[in-house]
Order: sequence, then C-alpha cells, then structure tokens
Amino acid sequence: MAVDLRIKEHPILEFKRGPKVKIYYGRKKIDAYEGETVGAALYAAGINVFTRSVKYHRPRGMFCAIGKCSSCMMRVDGVPNVMTCVIPVRDGMRVEPQNCFPSASHDLYSIIDRLGFKFPAGFYYRLITRPRSLSALYLKLIRPLTGMGKFPTANRGFKPMTKSEQRETEVAVVGAGPAGLSAAIHAARLGCKVTLIDENHRLGGQLIKQTHMFFGSKEYFAGVRGIRISEKLAEEVKQHENIEALLNTSVVGLYNGNVLGIVQGNKFATMRAKKVIVSTGAYEKTLLFNNNDLPGVMGAGGVQTLMNVFGIKPGNEALMVGAGNVGLIISYQLLQAGVKVKGIVEAVPRIGGYFVHAAKIRRMGVPIYVSHTIKRTWGRRRVEGATIVQLDDRWKEVEGTEKDIKCDIICISVGLKPTYEFLYQAGCKMKFISELGGHVPLRTKNMETSVKGVYIPGDTGGIEEADTAMVGGKIAGISAALSLEYGDKEAEEFRKKAIMELKELRSGPTSARIRSGIEKALIEEG
Amino acid sequence: MVSDYEKTGVITLKDLEGQIPPPERFKKGPVAIVECTQEIPCDACVQACHRKLLSMKNVISLPILDFDKCSGCAICVGKCPGLAIFIVDMCKAPKGKAWVTIPYEFLPVPEVGSIVRALNREGEDVGSAKVVKVARLSKDEKTALVTFEVDEKLAMEARALR
Repeated sequence: MAVDLRIKEHPILEFKRGPKVKIYYGRKKIDAYEGETVGAALYAAGINVFTRSVKYHRPRGMFCAIGKCSSCMMRVDGVPNVMTCVIPVRDGMRVEPQNCFPSASHDLYSIIDRLGFKFPAGFYYRLITRPRSLSALYLKLIRPLTGMGKFPTANRGFKPMTKSEQRETEVAVVGAGPAGLSAAIHAARLGCKVTLIDENHRLGGQLIKQTHMFFGSKEYFAGVRGIRISEKLAEEVKQHENIEALLNTSVVGLYNGNVLGIVQGNKFATMRAKKVIVSTGAYEKTLLFNNNDLPGVMGAGGVQTLMNVFGIKPGNEALMVGAGNVGLIISYQLLQAGVKVKGIVEAVPRIGGYFVHAAKIRRMGVPIYVSHTIKRTWGRRRVEGATIVQLDDRWKEVEGTEKDIKCDIICISVGLKPTYEFLYQAGCKMKFISELGGHVPLRTKNMETSVKGVYIPGDTGGIEEADTAMVGGKIAGISAALSLEYGDKEAEEFRKKAIMELKELRSGPTSARIRSGIEKALIEEG
Repeated sequence: MVSDYEKTGVITLKDLEGQIPPPERFKKGPVAIVECTQEIPCDACVQACHRKLLSMKNVISLPILDFDKCSGCAICVGKCPGLAIFIVDMCKAPKGKAWVTIPYEFLPVPEVGSIVRALNREGEDVGSAKVVKVARLSKDEKTALVTFEVDEKLAMEARALR
C-alpha cells in the first residue's frame, strides 16, 4: 500500500482536503489533494529525498516549508529551481528532481560527496583541464553535474515573463501576517485605499499554523488560538471594501520609497504607493553541526507547517533543538500530532521560553536537556538518530557526555531572523542588533523607517510575538493614514493609546532584551 | 539566581508558596490552583473569570486568586493559554480521594469511568486515576476539561494523565 502520512484525527484541528489530484514525481504517480503544495504532497507520500544539492549531490528534502530556503527546489513542469513548498499541486503536474542520475534517492553522482576530500572547494570543473585538447569535452560532460538544473524547455508550459500594467494605491502592505493584516485593517478603517500583498495563497502569515491559545490582553485575543485570530482578521480584510488583497504575489523590490515591483505568476507590474508598510516577518536560523543538511533536519516552523497546515505527520520520533517558546510550543504540537518527542536540547543553562509552555510538555514526560547541544546526526537518506553532548559553563563540549538519541526528525528552533533584505534594498538605514534577531531597520516610535513613508510593524523590525505585531500593525496603519491626512484627533489619540499598550506588553522581565534592542533601533521623527 | 524550574521546566510546591490556597481551604470545596510563576504579558484568566476573582496589577503581573470566593467552576482552566490552572476538589470525592481537573488537548479523550494513569509534573507515573467527568466550555471548544479521581496525597501532584 502506498504511504500516506496524512493525519486523520487531530485534537485541535480539522483538515478539510480538496478534491484528489495526481502528480508525477519522476515516473512515480502520487496522490495529492487540491490546496496542498507539491512539497507537502511528496512528503505525505513518504518521499524523504526530493532532490540533490549542487556540487556534492547530497540529499535534499523539506526544510523551511514556507518558501524561504532553497532546500526543496525542483524542476516543475519543465521549469527548474521551483520552490516546491509554496507551489500548489495541479492535476497531472510533473515534478522532477535536479542534479541527479538516475533518481534522487539513488544518485550515482553522489560518489562526489565521498570524494569530498579531493575537492575541498566543491566539485569544480575547471580543475580538470588536462590534456588541454579535451577540456572542451570535459566542460560539456561535467558542467551539467554541478549546476542548478537544466534550462527550461519551452514546450513544457514555460512562458517567459511579460511586463504588464502599472498600478496605483494609497497604502501598500507587504506581507499578510498578524502585523500586515492589522495594519491594513486600521489604515482602511480610516479611509485609505489599501493593497495587501502576500506570496502565499492564504491570508494570515504564520498565524495559520498556531494551534495554541495566545497570551496577551483581551483586545489582542488573549486565550484565543492563533488559527482563529487569523480567520477573524482575514474575514475583516475580505469584508472591507477599501482593501484589495493580492495573493500568490511576490514583491521583488521597493524603489524610491514608493514604487514596488510585483510579480504575479508570469506577470510583472509596478505599483506606485503613497505609503508602504513592510511586514515581511522573519525566517528561521539554522545551526552548525555535523550532517545538518540531512533530510529530516527541519526548521521547527517547517515541521509546524507540515503538521498544522497540511495535516501531515512529520515523523515518528522527534528531537527538538532549542527551548525557546517556538521549540516548546512546537514540541507540544508534535505530541498532539501523535509524534513522540524524545527530548529538547538547549545550549543555554536555562529554558528560554515561558515556563508554562515548558511545564505542559514536561508533564507529558518530555525531557529538557539544558546546557546541551546537538553534535551530529546520522542516517543514509534520512535522519536516523542524533548525538547530543553536554556543554560546560564556557560552552565547551564535556568529553564523555555524548548521548545517542534515535529519532527521524530533528527540529531546529534556535531563533528567528528578520526578513530585512527588502528594506536594505529600499535604502533604509540598518543596524545589527542581536536583541532583535539580526539586521533591522532603524525606526521612529510610529514605526516609520529612515526612508519616509515606509513603515515596519511586526517581526521585520525585531523578533517578538503576534500580539506585539498586531499592536505594531495598528500603529503603522494609523500612522500611514494620518500622514495621508485621513483621520482626525481621535485617530491620533488612538495611536497614542496603542503606543502605550505596546510599552505595557514589553514591560515584563521576559522582555528586557527586546526593550534594550528597541532602544538601540529608535530614531527621532523628522 | 536561576531557580530550578527555569532549568527543569518543573515547578515545585515551594515555588508556588503564597499562590496556592492554605490547606484548610480545601475542606470547604473545590478551588482553582494557579501554577503561573512568571511575569509574562497575559491576562486571559482575569478576563475569563465571570466573578472577577482573579486580579492583576497590570498585564504582566502574576494573577492573584481570591481563594475564599472561588467555586472551582473551571472556566479559567479552559481559558488559560499556558494550561497552568487546575481545580482540586477534596469535598465531592469519596474519603481519602481527591478530584483533579486538568485541561486536556490530546486524542483520544478518555471516557468517563475509564481507568488511566496519573502523571506528575515531571511526567512520571504516580498512580492510577479514574476519570469522573469530561467537559468542554462550549461545543466548539477543543480543550477538554478532564476530572479524575486520585488518592488524596496526589491532589497536588497529579497534573496530567495517560
């Protein structure tokens, strides 16, 4: 019987799957459901090795699951390097692995990985040049083995990109997560014409996979599950006549602070916006350890997407790396999906996340190893286990404390990093602030960056929580509206109140780092 | 000073001193046990309590329960995002036994009358328990409120079941 890792029953979620379709992976026929992504469908069918890496031909599978990394890039309907974790399935779709022969799971070229000691800088074809007369032949033979797939074939549905119209809007919001949705709603309520753009096919950003109840205060949905919050916000966005939502649309650049380049399928358009709110969120950091690219090593958020958005059981036994809130919450959600969690490893001598999250997985019998790190993982085409090791107070490995843990997924939750590149390109003044997760744009207390008319609510400006993102979105939305001369004194009061709320949410001892980070990123208005 | 629960994730009764009701309170009826020891921005329980018995100075401070007035209705148990509130009832249970109500978010939800294993805060099996009640705050609410019967001495120990 064909493997199907789809979850049938879940304590919190109900999975409504679309009609069944068939896709082809190489020669294999795979069942999928409309609404799933190609990557999710392959994973559900038990395929671990999607494709092979460039140069060393190491196995590659799912890593981030939200279109932020390059691990799952494959050839789809003749187009190379397509992120299969974001592209939806279509009946009869042809998916092929790249950089391998004859298949991704059995790749003859992977011998290059074994010979790695011979090619310290990767398999570099220009090293083999003698005799000179044959070098043109070598080039022809070797180059296809190293590169990024084959050129697109025009007869397989590939169409070149065409330039299309110019659009206009008053407020463009990039990213429809908690911050973006909240910003769009508040700007629209004051009368602005808002265009909300997101590259996913659903509104809600990462809220759509948060099955746990949220902390915070009543105005920001305390005690409500993230998935419900996203439904509520998305509903309001859809109802509001001032908001136009462009889904499956990528923003590729911001020029002059007010012109956006947007790509929708094969169409390119420019959009002139009077104000731009950038709420692109963040992506997961990874960790250095031996074999950390083996399929089965995944971003914790990627695992969460698989199990909570697509209802796919990510594995049978998991090891979590990192005991921050993300690591603790996702460990609990793994238990809910029927996955055994073998332990949580944390390098710092204390648990980083909220105690209550730690308590609820501890009482289900999951051990937390503080002052421990992951040393290596092993397995042939998929993680089969990992070695963890204790760290002393100088972060050195303590000899003889290695411990082997059998597992088939390793979730990496060692923090997030703002998706800042877009703002850097736009010309915002940036600063590296480790408390906020990495490079962040400087901003005023109204969330405006050094480029006038560009605002940054949410994780883009520093890694925090959904509730602070929603308040931030409110501040940014109102600020954008006010500067376009919508709203009155009342709106200004409302914004003042929101700034106070944000301050209160950050006033606890657990937010000390955030407070000092924000202080370093603040600039004066004007 | 790093207290132990920040290392282990397991709280002890000593950490809860002052936050849990005095022993004589248990004789008067069911009461909520709020195992929330960290100042985090959350006031879901204050909003949940219909009788306004939970109070907080501001959104980050620890909740304070008016033990004497609490009737152990368990609404806060289902609303706490941290799943950190429990009900202990030593009156309705037979002599020498106690009823503990916990929020439960796994499948299968145990059936009334079934015998399960009670787990302590470290996930260790501490004894058998009989499920006496399974409730939900509303029809669409996913968190089940499971009440089980354990030995009296486990009333402040048993916090999960399997």
